[in-house]
Amino acid sequence: MQKDFVLEWRQKYAFNGMLLYVSSTVFVCYLSFGLRSNVLTVPVWNAVLWIILLFTSVNAIAKSFMQENRGRLLYFYSIVSPQGVILSKILYNACLMLVLALICFVFYAFVLGNPVQDVPMFLLSILLGAIGFATSLTMISGIASKAANSSTLMAVLSFPVIVPMLLMLIKMSKNALDGLDRSASLDELLTLLAINMIVITVSYILFPYLWRS
Amino acid sequence: MKKNWWKILTVLLLVFTVVAGMLTEVPRLAILNETIRNLYFHVPMWFGMILILLVSVVYSIKYLKNPTVKNDIVAHEAAKVGILFGVLGIVTGMEWARFTWGEYWSNDPKQNGAAIGLLIYFAYLVLRSSFAEQQQRARISAVYNIFAFAALIPLLFILPRLTDSLHPGNGGNPGFNAYDLDNRLRMVFYPAVLGWTLLGIWIVNVKSRLELLRQRIYENV
Repeated sequence: MQKDFVLEWRQKYAFNGMLLYVSSTVFVCYLSFGLRSNVLTVPVWNAVLWIILLFTSVNAIAKSFMQENRGRLLYFYSIVSPQGVILSKILYNACLMLVLALICFVFYAFVLGNPVQDVPMFLLSILLGAIGFATSLTMISGIASKAANSSTLMAVLSFPVIVPMLLMLIKMSKNALDGLDRSASLDELLTLLAINMIVITVSYILFPYLWRS
Repeated sequence: MKKNWWKILTVLLLVFTVVAGMLTEVPRLAILNETIRNLYFHVPMWFGMILILLVSVVYSIKYLKNPTVKNDIVAHEAAKVGILFGVLGIVTGMEWARFTWGEYWSNDPKQNGAAIGLLIYFAYLVLRSSFAEQQQRARISAVYNIFAFAALIPLLFILPRLTDSLHPGNGGNPGFNAYDLDNRLRMVFYPAVLGWTLLGIWIVNVKSRLELLRQRIYENV
């Protein structure tokens, strides 16, 4: 499993590409809002940040299965168990998303101002969001990579699955933005954790069937 | 004839539902008035949808354990009938919302949740159609079906309870239980749920048998 992690890590160019993608998206947002910065109210700030994160994660994680060539997949198939593969992919994608999301947040807050009043809570919601996106999108990308037109399918399959998670995240981060009492977002936090657990368990159980083909 | 008793029961139940649902006395409630009769048509659709999608998931799991053509076909047909029930549920709900909330679509969490749920299953159909090889299609769509159902459960049962909604049963509106106590409603409601669900199962049954026969013909030709 560690070996898989290292192998993934070697594909640094993907990471750098995503980094550039994130920063250019944020910069585009900055340019389009920059002229009239008073337009950017707190809910809009929040929504735009999550939209950027969503598209970043779809783009970053879609690569995790599609870029693999057949030979490498066969090699993995022969040396490790499918559970190992999916867990290490999820782990790697979660770390990747976490780093990307943090960089995105810092850069975004830097150029567009930082209205967050409860930073630890906001970071927690970003952490949960990164893990949640990573887990569900890894599985979806595994499914989509088997099909013919995988990049369209990736979007079609992932958005409905991810929307509930996104709604919870936006609400939770909105609470953190407004500096509400932390107990106000406890419900969302627990639900997010529960959704993450469900998704991880289901992927863990189902992936071996996907892997065989 | 012995095996068909439940089909006769379905017909009887549905005839009873329609006749009794339109003609019997219903309790007078503010705003709802006569639209309360939608309880016999809108609510059973969602019960039916959940149950039939559950059937679909069960057959998907069975397919992964034991890959036969039959399991795949039943899962597929059940998902399609589930979508049909979902669409009907949304349409009846919108019609009802037009007269009670004033608009067809008022951005209510329950409406949005239902729409997203349907999108998940439309994605399932798209996924199915994008494979050429049959075994691969069956296996991967079974995997997605189970995954989607797991994602659907929080969407339908957890999220709407966390937010305020105009929907009966939420945010201080008279809920299902408030007028469930009325026995006149119960008398029609339970047969309605049973009848619509049985109708769904019947459709799945007929359609999957038809599909199986069609496959057999293709094999022989």
